[in-house]
Amino acid sequence: MTLPHFPVADDPGPSFVGLLRAQGLEPRFATGPDGATSPLSFSHGTTVVAVRFADGVVMAGDRRATAGHLISHRHMEKVFPADRYSGVAIAGAAGPAVEMVRLFQLQLEHYEKVEGTTISLEGKANQLSQMVRGHLPAAMQGFAVVPLFAGYDTARREGRLFEYDVTGGRYEESEYATTGSGSLHAGAVVKMGYRPGLAREEVIDLVISALFEAADEDSATGGPDLVRAIYPNVATITADGFVAVGEDEVAERFRGLVDQLTSTRGPLPPGGDPS
Amino acid sequence: MSMPFYVAPEQVMKDRADYARKGIARGRSLAAVVYDDGILICAENPSATLRKTSEIYDRIGFAGVGKYNEFDSLRIAGVRHADLKGYSFSRADVDARSLANQYAQILGQIFTNEMKPMEVEILVAEVGHDPDGDRLFHILYDGTVVDESDFTVLGGEAEAIAQRLGEAWGEGLSLGDALKAACAAIGGPDRTLVADDLEVAVLARSNGRRAFRRIEGGELAELLG
Repeated sequence: MTLPHFPVADDPGPSFVGLLRAQGLEPRFATGPDGATSPLSFSHGTTVVAVRFADGVVMAGDRRATAGHLISHRHMEKVFPADRYSGVAIAGAAGPAVEMVRLFQLQLEHYEKVEGTTISLEGKANQLSQMVRGHLPAAMQGFAVVPLFAGYDTARREGRLFEYDVTGGRYEESEYATTGSGSLHAGAVVKMGYRPGLAREEVIDLVISALFEAADEDSATGGPDLVRAIYPNVATITADGFVAVGEDEVAERFRGLVDQLTSTRGPLPPGGDPS
Repeated sequence: MSMPFYVAPEQVMKDRADYARKGIARGRSLAAVVYDDGILICAENPSATLRKTSEIYDRIGFAGVGKYNEFDSLRIAGVRHADLKGYSFSRADVDARSLANQYAQILGQIFTNEMKPMEVEILVAEVGHDPDGDRLFHILYDGTVVDESDFTVLGGEAEAIAQRLGEAWGEGLSLGDALKAACAAIGGPDRTLVADDLEVAVLARSNGRRAFRRIEGGELAELLG
């Protein structure tokens, strides 16, 4: 590989995506005939949630990827750091989604290195919006990617979170956001348990409970896997930056949740539901 | 019909080298020093915004002296090269040696083919996973690459500064001692540099994935003692 050199008028500036385009390396997702939905089977990521709390934002995602009715991966990651003070969580077609995250991370880091300053949180949210919008033709064919973006705004000193739709529409939420196949159930649990200024432990319990209930109702969302010790990914984004919550802590909190649910819901009596 | 004057190729090269050296000597010098946790880059730079040192990739740093716009465009080309390479292959495949060779190619080509050589000297530094992996590549205006081990000095007064630094340098310096040695060597016997005169950055093994970190403000003043 040689050093990239551009005439002034064609210089891509601090944009890594612009640089890829100038080098002919921009990722393209093959598209079929217009209006046709892809008949191929491919992996889908499912449920992710983001909730604001006292110190910033917490993000969490289950670990399951499905292809049709089959489970394709049991320990997929869906919550990623975007840079030091922000994170991105993804749902939708797994391949393009992970590629989008990779490009987004590089876009932020590349800008930071070329310009010598970081992009504002708002600017990062807009960058992701442009990427989702650019992906719309593929989304029309069934390869939709719908991310959540959250970060700690160092200028305002508060956590902020953004949700997107497939057209790149960007919506800032003041309390919580969910996306993916189990988002309806996860969102309902968060909605019932949410109040402003939750403490770190309370909000982690809330998102864990939301993912558990989503997995309980939605076949594409994975619950805690006690056999293989696979638990959802949880991360906090605060003034200390993006910090992944340790597996041990998540496992411990899940055990607490399972104990509590076992005592309240209990096993069904023999012969099925009492009527 | 007029004939162009004949100028011997030796003379052309010598003139260009003199021109580049003069341009570089107008600016201030910088030193890179290997210390116990990585590599320290210390530049004399009264500007707090126009940087001489910066981050190229996870473990690779850049520094330049001479004409600002010229070394800054080289810096950006380096960031682009590294990010493209890391994207196409893997982050582990980006290394300083390959980047230094690319820089040498460009500088060498410009030196021989263009009207004007670049009036710059640049440094590509890479911090290894252990001290044996630390690399310092010093690249001159004509594309000459020098691979140094303990420390290197860029700029007009490089020889005098390198001699002073050589007397102070030892294996396993702490960050503070390395900084004091670099600062005293750049300042020389007649001047004492203070925090405001310096631009300091480290590539530190203990700094996580992105090893590059600037040392500024209170932290810098404290380290200078």
